[in-house]
Amino acid sequence: MSREDPRYAGSRWDKLARWRRGEYDPTAGRLELREPDFAPRDELQKLRKYAAQTERDDRYELGLDTRLRGFRRVYLAAAGLLAVFLAALLLVTVSWLPQFGDYTAPEHNEVARRYIEQGLEETGAVNIVAGMILDYRAFDTFGESCVLFIAVCCVLMLLRVDKEEDPHSMAAEDMSDRYFEPHREVILQMAARVLVPVSLVLGIYVVLNGHISPGGGFSGGAIIGTGLVLYLTAFGFERTGRFMNETTVKLLTVSALTFYCFAKSYSFYTGANHLSSFITPGVPGAILSGGLIVYLNICVGVVVACTMYCFYVMFRKGGF
Amino acid sequence: MGSSILTNFEEIASVLLFVIGMIDLLVQPNLVKKIIGLDIMDSAVYLFLAAKGYIAGRAAPIVTDGILDAAHYINPIPAGLVLTGIVVSVSVSAVMMALTICLYREYHTLNLDEIMMLLRRREADETLRLSGRNGEGTPS
Repeated sequence: MSREDPRYAGSRWDKLARWRRGEYDPTAGRLELREPDFAPRDELQKLRKYAAQTERDDRYELGLDTRLRGFRRVYLAAAGLLAVFLAALLLVTVSWLPQFGDYTAPEHNEVARRYIEQGLEETGAVNIVAGMILDYRAFDTFGESCVLFIAVCCVLMLLRVDKEEDPHSMAAEDMSDRYFEPHREVILQMAARVLVPVSLVLGIYVVLNGHISPGGGFSGGAIIGTGLVLYLTAFGFERTGRFMNETTVKLLTVSALTFYCFAKSYSFYTGANHLSSFITPGVPGAILSGGLIVYLNICVGVVVACTMYCFYVMFRKGGF
Repeated sequence: MGSSILTNFEEIASVLLFVIGMIDLLVQPNLVKKIIGLDIMDSAVYLFLAAKGYIAGRAAPIVTDGILDAAHYINPIPAGLVLTGIVVSVSVSAVMMALTICLYREYHTLNLDEIMMLLRRREADETLRLSGRNGEGTPS
Protein backbone atom coordinates (compact mmCIF):
# COMPACT_ATOMS: atom_id res chain seq x y z
CA MET A 1 0.00 0.00 0.00
CA SER A 2 1.53 3.28 -1.01
CA ARG A 3 1.65 6.23 1.31
CA GLU A 4 -0.56 8.30 -1.03
CA ASP A 5 -3.35 5.76 -0.74
CA PRO A 6 -6.21 7.28 1.29
CA ARG A 7 -6.56 4.06 3.22
CA TYR A 8 -2.96 4.40 4.44
CA ALA A 9 -3.67 6.88 7.21
CA GLY A 10 -4.80 4.97 10.27
CA SER A 11 -3.83 1.60 8.86
CA ARG A 12 -1.69 -0.86 10.72
CA TRP A 13 1.45 0.06 8.78
CA ASP A 14 0.89 3.74 9.39
CA LYS A 15 0.55 3.06 13.10
CA LEU A 16 3.68 0.92 13.05
CA ALA A 17 5.64 3.62 11.24
CA ARG A 18 4.41 6.32 13.61
CA TRP A 19 5.19 4.09 16.59
CA ARG A 20 8.67 3.62 15.17
CA ARG A 21 9.07 7.42 14.91
CA GLY A 22 7.76 7.76 18.44
CA GLU A 23 4.58 9.67 17.56
CA TYR A 24 2.06 7.01 18.46
CA ASP A 25 1.73 5.13 21.71
CA PRO A 26 -0.38 1.98 21.37
CA THR A 27 -0.72 1.71 25.14
CA ALA A 28 -1.82 5.32 25.74
CA GLY A 29 -5.04 5.39 27.73
CA ARG A 30 -5.31 1.63 27.61
CA LEU A 31 -2.76 0.77 30.23
CA GLU A 32 -4.38 -1.26 32.92
CA LEU A 33 -2.80 -2.31 36.15
CA ARG A 34 -3.98 -5.68 37.26
CA GLU A 35 -3.93 -5.97 40.99
CA PRO A 36 -3.30 -9.43 42.35
CA ASP A 37 -6.29 -10.25 44.51
CA PHE A 38 -4.29 -12.23 47.02
CA ALA A 39 -1.69 -9.58 47.83
CA PRO A 40 -1.87 -7.87 51.21
CA ARG A 41 -2.89 -4.23 51.54
CA ASP A 42 0.72 -2.94 51.76
CA GLU A 43 1.55 -4.53 48.43
CA LEU A 44 -1.48 -2.98 46.76
CA GLN A 45 -0.57 0.44 48.10
CA LYS A 46 2.97 0.01 46.82
CA LEU A 47 1.70 -0.97 43.37
CA ARG A 48 -0.69 1.98 43.21
CA LYS A 49 2.06 4.36 44.29
CA TYR A 50 4.31 2.96 41.59
CA ALA A 51 1.60 3.36 38.93
CA ALA A 52 0.96 6.95 39.97
CA GLN A 53 4.69 7.68 39.94
CA THR A 54 5.04 6.25 36.44
CA GLU A 55 2.16 8.35 35.18
CA ARG A 56 3.50 11.52 36.78
CA ASP A 57 7.00 10.99 35.37
CA ASP A 58 5.43 10.73 31.92
CA ARG A 59 7.96 8.25 30.71
CA TYR A 60 6.57 8.12 27.21
CA GLU A 61 7.32 11.78 26.64
CA LEU A 62 11.00 10.99 27.01
CA GLY A 63 11.03 9.15 23.70
CA LEU A 64 9.57 12.16 21.91
CA ASP A 65 12.49 14.42 22.70
CA THR A 66 14.00 15.07 19.27
CA ARG A 67 17.40 15.97 20.66
CA LEU A 68 17.55 12.62 22.41
CA ARG A 69 16.52 10.78 19.24
CA GLY A 70 19.15 12.59 17.21
CA PHE A 71 21.79 11.85 19.77
CA ARG A 72 20.70 8.23 19.82
CA ARG A 73 21.11 7.95 16.06
CA VAL A 74 24.61 9.44 16.12
CA TYR A 75 25.50 7.28 19.10
CA LEU A 76 24.37 4.08 17.36
CA ALA A 77 26.37 4.96 14.25
CA ALA A 78 29.47 5.72 16.33
CA ALA A 79 29.08 2.48 18.30
CA GLY A 80 28.73 0.47 15.09
CA LEU A 81 31.81 2.10 13.59
CA LEU A 82 33.80 1.48 16.75
CA ALA A 83 32.72 -2.17 16.81
CA VAL A 84 33.65 -2.72 13.15
CA PHE A 85 37.01 -1.04 13.71
CA LEU A 86 37.71 -3.13 16.81
CA ALA A 87 36.64 -6.36 15.10
CA ALA A 88 38.91 -5.63 12.13
CA LEU A 89 41.84 -4.76 14.40
CA LEU A 90 41.45 -7.88 16.52
CA LEU A 91 40.95 -10.14 13.48
CA VAL A 92 44.15 -8.84 11.90
CA THR A 93 45.94 -9.46 15.19
CA VAL A 94 44.53 -12.98 15.41
CA SER A 95 45.68 -13.68 11.87
CA TRP A 96 49.27 -13.05 12.94
CA LEU A 97 49.08 -15.22 16.05
CA PRO A 98 50.61 -18.70 16.04
CA GLN A 99 48.35 -21.44 14.75
CA PHE A 100 45.80 -23.04 17.07
CA GLY A 101 47.35 -25.98 18.91
CA ASP A 102 50.88 -25.19 17.80
CA TYR A 103 53.42 -26.49 20.33
CA THR A 104 56.12 -24.01 19.26
CA ALA A 105 54.03 -20.97 20.22
CA PRO A 106 55.98 -18.58 22.47
CA GLU A 107 53.57 -18.90 25.40
CA HIS A 108 54.56 -22.54 25.91
CA ASN A 109 57.86 -21.49 27.44
CA GLU A 110 60.07 -22.60 30.29
CA VAL A 111 57.56 -21.49 32.96
CA ALA A 112 54.93 -24.00 31.85
CA ARG A 113 57.63 -26.65 31.36
CA ARG A 114 58.91 -26.12 34.89
CA TYR A 115 55.39 -26.31 36.39
CA ILE A 116 54.80 -29.62 34.66
CA GLU A 117 58.18 -31.25 35.21
CA GLN A 118 58.85 -30.12 38.79
CA GLY A 119 55.32 -29.51 39.99
CA LEU A 120 54.54 -33.00 41.25
CA GLU A 121 57.80 -33.24 43.15
CA GLU A 122 57.68 -29.75 44.66
CA THR A 123 54.00 -29.43 45.52
CA GLY A 124 52.82 -33.03 45.66
CA ALA A 125 49.70 -32.24 43.64
CA VAL A 126 48.76 -34.57 40.80
CA ASN A 127 46.56 -31.84 39.33
CA ILE A 128 49.21 -29.46 38.04
CA VAL A 129 46.81 -26.51 37.83
CA ALA A 130 45.87 -26.95 41.51
CA GLY A 131 49.54 -27.14 42.45
CA MET A 132 50.18 -24.00 40.43
CA ILE A 133 47.38 -21.82 41.79
CA LEU A 134 47.55 -23.02 45.42
CA ASP A 135 51.29 -23.37 45.84
CA TYR A 136 53.42 -21.37 43.39
CA ARG A 137 50.82 -18.63 42.96
CA ALA A 138 48.95 -19.05 46.25
CA PHE A 139 48.86 -15.35 47.06
CA ASP A 140 47.09 -14.74 43.77
CA THR A 141 44.36 -17.16 44.83
CA PHE A 142 44.25 -15.50 48.25
CA GLY A 143 43.60 -12.22 46.45
CA GLU A 144 40.77 -13.86 44.48
CA SER A 145 39.13 -15.10 47.68
CA CYS A 146 39.45 -11.62 49.14
CA VAL A 147 37.84 -10.17 45.99
CA LEU A 148 34.87 -12.50 46.56
CA PHE A 149 34.68 -11.46 50.21
CA ILE A 150 34.79 -7.77 49.28
CA ALA A 151 32.08 -8.32 46.66
CA VAL A 152 29.88 -9.89 49.35
CA CYS A 153 30.54 -6.90 51.60
CA CYS A 154 29.60 -4.47 48.79
CA VAL A 155 26.37 -6.34 47.97
CA LEU A 156 25.56 -6.46 51.69
CA MET A 157 26.05 -2.71 52.00
CA LEU A 158 23.97 -1.95 48.91
CA LEU A 159 21.03 -4.30 49.40
CA ARG A 160 20.77 -4.69 53.14
CA VAL A 161 17.42 -3.93 54.75
CA ASP A 162 18.11 -2.66 58.24
CA LYS A 163 16.00 -4.43 60.85
CA GLU A 164 16.36 -1.90 63.67
CA GLU A 165 15.87 1.14 61.51
CA ASP A 166 12.93 -0.13 59.52
CA PRO A 167 11.19 -3.18 61.00
CA HIS A 168 8.18 -2.70 58.69
CA SER A 169 10.12 -2.96 55.44
CA MET A 170 11.82 -6.12 56.64
CA ALA A 171 8.42 -7.65 57.35
CA ALA A 172 7.16 -6.33 54.01
CA GLU A 173 10.09 -7.95 52.19
CA ASP A 174 9.27 -11.18 53.98
CA MET A 175 5.64 -10.91 52.90
CA SER A 176 6.42 -10.10 49.28
CA ASP A 177 8.88 -12.96 49.31
CA ARG A 178 6.06 -15.22 50.34
CA TYR A 179 3.60 -13.89 47.76
CA PHE A 180 5.77 -13.59 44.69
CA GLU A 181 8.28 -16.43 45.06
CA PRO A 182 7.68 -20.16 45.00
CA HIS A 183 6.99 -21.25 48.52
CA ARG A 184 6.40 -24.75 49.86
CA GLU A 185 6.06 -26.25 46.40
CA VAL A 186 5.66 -30.00 46.67
CA ILE A 187 7.50 -30.79 43.43
CA LEU A 188 10.38 -28.51 44.35
CA GLN A 189 10.61 -29.99 47.84
CA MET A 190 10.66 -33.56 46.57
CA ALA A 191 13.32 -32.69 43.98
CA ALA A 192 15.34 -30.85 46.61
CA ARG A 193 15.19 -33.81 48.98
CA VAL A 194 16.92 -35.90 46.33
CA LEU A 195 19.23 -33.28 44.83
CA VAL A 196 20.48 -31.33 47.85
CA PRO A 197 22.37 -34.22 49.54
CA VAL A 198 23.76 -35.31 46.19
CA SER A 199 25.03 -31.85 45.31
CA LEU A 200 26.48 -31.26 48.78
CA VAL A 201 28.34 -34.58 48.72
CA LEU A 202 29.51 -33.98 45.15
CA GLY A 203 30.75 -30.52 46.16
CA ILE A 204 32.67 -31.88 49.15
CA TYR A 205 34.15 -34.61 46.93
CA VAL A 206 35.28 -32.05 44.34
CA VAL A 207 36.85 -29.84 47.04
CA LEU A 208 38.68 -32.69 48.77
CA ASN A 209 39.96 -34.18 45.52
CA GLY A 210 41.03 -30.87 44.05
CA HIS A 211 44.70 -31.80 44.07
CA ILE A 212 44.19 -35.29 42.62
CA SER A 213 41.56 -34.83 39.94
CA PRO A 214 39.97 -31.95 38.04
CA GLY A 215 38.18 -29.59 40.37
CA GLY A 216 39.16 -27.65 43.45
CA GLY A 217 37.91 -25.08 45.88
CA PHE A 218 36.23 -22.77 43.39
CA SER A 219 34.23 -25.37 41.46
CA GLY A 220 33.42 -27.45 44.55
CA GLY A 221 32.43 -24.39 46.53
CA ALA A 222 30.13 -23.32 43.71
CA ILE A 223 28.46 -26.77 43.75
CA ILE A 224 27.97 -26.61 47.55
CA GLY A 225 26.60 -23.08 47.26
CA THR A 226 24.13 -24.19 44.60
CA GLY A 227 22.96 -27.00 46.85
CA LEU A 228 22.40 -24.56 49.71
CA VAL A 229 20.50 -22.19 47.42
CA LEU A 230 18.27 -25.06 46.24
CA TYR A 231 17.62 -26.04 49.85
CA LEU A 232 16.70 -22.45 50.69
CA THR A 233 14.37 -22.14 47.69
CA ALA A 234 12.57 -25.32 48.58
CA PHE A 235 12.24 -25.05 52.34
CA GLY A 236 12.34 -21.33 53.10
CA PHE A 237 14.38 -19.19 55.42
CA GLU A 238 13.23 -20.74 58.69
CA ARG A 239 14.93 -24.03 57.88
CA THR A 240 18.21 -22.66 56.50
CA GLY A 241 18.39 -19.89 59.08
CA ARG A 242 19.11 -22.51 61.73
CA PHE A 243 22.57 -23.28 60.39
CA MET A 244 23.31 -20.52 57.85
CA ASN A 245 22.73 -17.13 59.38
CA GLU A 246 24.75 -13.96 59.29
CA THR A 247 27.03 -14.97 62.17
CA THR A 248 27.84 -18.34 60.65
CA VAL A 249 28.62 -16.90 57.24
CA LYS A 250 30.82 -14.17 58.74
CA LEU A 251 32.62 -16.59 61.04
CA LEU A 252 33.22 -19.20 58.33
CA THR A 253 34.44 -16.72 55.71
CA VAL A 254 36.71 -14.71 57.97
CA SER A 255 38.24 -17.76 59.68
CA ALA A 256 38.83 -19.46 56.31
CA LEU A 257 40.56 -16.35 54.94
CA THR A 258 42.63 -15.93 58.12
CA PHE A 259 43.73 -19.55 58.12
CA TYR A 260 44.66 -19.29 54.45
CA CYS A 261 46.69 -16.14 55.07
CA PHE A 262 48.65 -17.50 58.05
CA ALA A 263 49.22 -20.99 56.66
CA LYS A 264 50.50 -19.75 53.34
CA SER A 265 52.60 -17.01 54.96
CA TYR A 266 54.29 -19.68 57.08
CA SER A 267 54.86 -21.88 54.05
CA PHE A 268 56.29 -19.04 51.96
CA TYR A 269 58.46 -17.81 54.87
CA THR A 270 60.03 -21.20 55.52
CA GLY A 271 60.33 -21.96 51.81
CA ALA A 272 62.01 -18.68 50.89
CA ASN A 273 64.47 -18.83 53.80
CA HIS A 274 65.26 -22.55 53.34
CA LEU A 275 64.06 -23.34 56.85
CA SER A 276 62.76 -26.74 57.75
CA SER A 277 58.98 -26.93 57.71
CA PHE A 278 56.54 -29.56 58.93
CA ILE A 279 54.61 -29.28 55.68
CA THR A 280 55.64 -32.04 53.31
CA PRO A 281 54.31 -32.87 49.86
CA GLY A 282 53.42 -36.40 50.94
CA VAL A 283 52.69 -39.35 48.69
CA PRO A 284 51.32 -38.12 45.35
CA GLY A 285 47.79 -39.38 44.74
CA ALA A 286 46.82 -39.83 48.41
CA ILE A 287 43.97 -37.75 49.75
CA LEU A 288 46.17 -36.14 52.44
CA SER A 289 49.02 -35.22 50.14
CA GLY A 290 50.12 -32.06 48.48
CA GLY A 291 51.14 -30.22 51.66
CA LEU A 292 48.78 -27.35 52.32
CA ILE A 293 46.81 -27.69 49.09
CA VAL A 294 43.96 -29.75 50.60
CA TYR A 295 43.47 -27.30 53.45
CA LEU A 296 43.70 -24.27 51.19
CA ASN A 297 41.16 -25.88 48.84
CA ILE A 298 38.80 -26.35 51.79
CA CYS A 299 39.24 -22.69 52.75
CA VAL A 300 38.54 -21.51 49.21
CA GLY A 301 35.54 -23.84 48.98
CA VAL A 302 34.08 -22.46 52.22
CA VAL A 303 34.55 -18.88 51.04
CA VAL A 304 32.97 -19.57 47.64
CA ALA A 305 29.99 -21.49 49.07
CA CYS A 306 29.29 -18.74 51.63
CA THR A 307 29.62 -16.13 48.88
CA MET A 308 27.12 -17.85 46.60
CA TYR A 309 24.65 -18.33 49.42
CA CYS A 310 25.09 -14.75 50.63
CA PHE A 311 24.56 -13.31 47.13
CA TYR A 312 21.33 -15.26 46.76
CA VAL A 313 20.01 -14.28 50.16
CA MET A 314 20.85 -10.62 49.60
CA PHE A 315 19.29 -10.44 46.16
CA ARG A 316 16.16 -12.22 47.28
CA LYS A 317 15.40 -10.71 50.65
CA GLY A 318 18.01 -8.15 51.65
CA GLY A 319 18.97 -9.81 54.91
CA PHE A 320 19.30 -13.13 56.63
CA MET B 1 46.56 -10.19 6.95
CA GLY B 2 48.59 -13.02 8.43
CA SER B 3 48.52 -16.60 7.31
CA SER B 4 46.78 -18.24 10.29
CA ILE B 5 43.38 -16.52 9.80
CA LEU B 6 42.11 -19.76 8.23
CA THR B 7 43.19 -21.98 11.12
CA ASN B 8 42.53 -19.89 14.24
CA PHE B 9 38.77 -20.48 14.38
CA GLU B 10 38.65 -20.45 18.18
CA GLU B 11 40.40 -17.10 18.39
CA ILE B 12 38.15 -15.66 15.65
CA ALA B 13 35.08 -16.87 17.55
CA SER B 14 36.34 -15.24 20.73
CA VAL B 15 37.00 -11.96 18.89
CA LEU B 16 33.49 -11.99 17.46
CA LEU B 17 32.00 -12.76 20.88
CA PHE B 18 34.01 -9.92 22.36
CA VAL B 19 32.72 -7.48 19.76
CA ILE B 20 29.12 -8.72 20.22
CA GLY B 21 29.43 -8.18 23.95
CA MET B 22 30.86 -4.71 23.43
CA ILE B 23 28.05 -3.71 21.05
CA ASP B 24 25.58 -5.00 23.63
CA LEU B 25 27.30 -2.93 26.31
CA LEU B 26 27.27 0.23 24.19
CA VAL B 27 23.91 0.06 22.43
CA GLN B 28 21.44 -1.47 24.88
CA PRO B 29 19.88 1.15 27.14
CA ASN B 30 18.72 -1.53 29.58
CA LEU B 31 21.13 -1.91 32.49
CA VAL B 32 20.63 -5.66 32.91
CA LYS B 33 21.37 -6.19 29.22
CA LYS B 34 24.51 -4.11 29.61
CA ILE B 35 25.64 -6.43 32.40
CA ILE B 36 24.91 -9.44 30.16
CA GLY B 37 27.06 -7.79 27.46
CA LEU B 38 29.94 -7.44 29.89
CA ASP B 39 29.60 -11.11 30.83
CA ILE B 40 29.70 -12.08 27.13
CA MET B 41 32.94 -10.11 26.82
CA ASP B 42 34.33 -12.00 29.84
CA SER B 43 33.42 -15.33 28.23
CA ALA B 44 35.19 -14.27 25.03
CA VAL B 45 38.36 -13.64 27.02
CA TYR B 46 38.13 -17.07 28.69
CA LEU B 47 37.66 -18.74 25.32
CA PHE B 48 40.71 -16.90 23.99
CA LEU B 49 42.86 -17.90 26.96
CA ALA B 50 41.73 -21.52 26.82
CA ALA B 51 42.44 -21.62 23.08
CA LYS B 52 45.92 -20.19 23.64
CA GLY B 53 46.73 -22.84 26.25
CA TYR B 54 45.79 -25.74 23.98
CA ILE B 55 48.41 -27.83 22.22
CA ALA B 56 47.19 -30.28 19.60
CA GLY B 57 47.19 -33.93 20.65
CA ARG B 58 48.21 -33.41 24.28
CA ALA B 59 46.44 -34.30 27.52
CA ALA B 60 45.01 -32.13 30.29
CA PRO B 61 47.64 -31.10 32.89
CA ILE B 62 46.88 -33.86 35.40
CA VAL B 63 49.73 -36.30 35.89
CA THR B 64 48.69 -39.73 34.62
CA ASP B 65 50.77 -42.90 34.71
CA GLY B 66 53.63 -40.98 36.31
CA ILE B 67 54.61 -39.27 33.06
CA LEU B 68 56.43 -36.04 33.96
CA ASP B 69 57.32 -34.94 30.45
CA ALA B 70 56.32 -31.42 29.39
CA ALA B 71 55.75 -32.74 25.86
CA HIS B 72 52.80 -34.77 27.12
CA TYR B 73 50.57 -32.08 28.64
CA ILE B 74 49.03 -28.80 27.54
CA ASN B 75 49.99 -25.47 29.08
CA PRO B 76 48.55 -25.18 32.62
CA ILE B 77 49.07 -21.42 33.02
CA PRO B 78 46.05 -20.14 30.99
CA ALA B 79 43.78 -22.42 33.09
CA GLY B 80 44.88 -20.61 36.23
CA LEU B 81 44.39 -17.24 34.58
CA VAL B 82 40.86 -18.19 33.46
CA LEU B 83 40.07 -19.13 37.07
CA THR B 84 41.13 -15.67 38.25
CA GLY B 85 39.04 -14.08 35.53
CA ILE B 86 35.91 -16.08 36.38
CA VAL B 87 36.10 -15.13 40.05
CA VAL B 88 36.57 -11.45 39.29
CA SER B 89 33.76 -11.42 36.72
CA VAL B 90 31.34 -13.10 39.16
CA SER B 91 32.15 -10.47 41.79
CA VAL B 92 31.84 -7.60 39.33
CA SER B 93 28.50 -8.92 38.01
CA ALA B 94 27.11 -9.26 41.53
CA VAL B 95 28.12 -5.73 42.53
CA MET B 96 26.72 -4.31 39.28
CA MET B 97 23.44 -6.16 39.79
CA ALA B 98 23.18 -4.78 43.32
CA LEU B 99 23.79 -1.25 42.04
CA THR B 100 21.14 -1.81 39.36
CA ILE B 101 18.63 -2.84 42.02
CA CYS B 102 19.44 0.34 43.96
CA LEU B 103 18.87 2.43 40.81
CA TYR B 104 15.60 0.63 40.11
CA ARG B 105 14.34 1.31 43.62
CA GLU B 106 15.05 5.00 43.14
CA TYR B 107 13.78 5.53 39.57
CA HIS B 108 11.51 2.52 38.88
CA THR B 109 13.14 1.90 35.52
CA LEU B 110 16.13 0.04 34.16
CA ASN B 111 16.48 2.19 31.06
CA LEU B 112 19.61 4.30 31.39
CA ASP B 113 18.28 7.06 29.08
CA GLU B 114 15.13 7.36 31.17
CA ILE B 115 17.17 7.47 34.35
CA MET B 116 19.29 10.29 32.94
CA MET B 117 16.23 12.26 31.79
CA LEU B 118 14.46 11.80 35.12
CA LEU B 119 17.60 12.87 36.94
CA ARG B 120 17.85 15.98 34.79
CA ARG B 121 14.18 16.77 35.30
CA ARG B 122 14.48 16.36 39.05
CA GLU B 123 17.49 18.64 39.07
CA ALA B 124 15.55 21.24 37.08
CA ASP B 125 12.63 20.97 39.50
CA GLU B 126 15.01 21.37 42.38
CA THR B 127 16.49 24.55 40.90
CA LEU B 128 12.99 25.89 40.29
CA ARG B 129 12.01 25.16 43.84
CA LEU B 130 15.16 26.76 45.23
CA SER B 131 14.67 29.92 43.19
CA GLY B 132 11.25 30.33 44.79
CA ARG B 133 9.06 29.76 41.73
CA ASN B 134 7.62 26.52 42.88
CA GLY B 135 4.07 27.31 41.79
CA GLU B 136 4.55 26.47 38.10
CA GLY B 137 6.83 23.42 38.27
CA THR B 138 5.37 20.09 39.19
CA PRO B 139 7.15 18.57 42.15
CA SER B 140 8.32 15.06 41.47
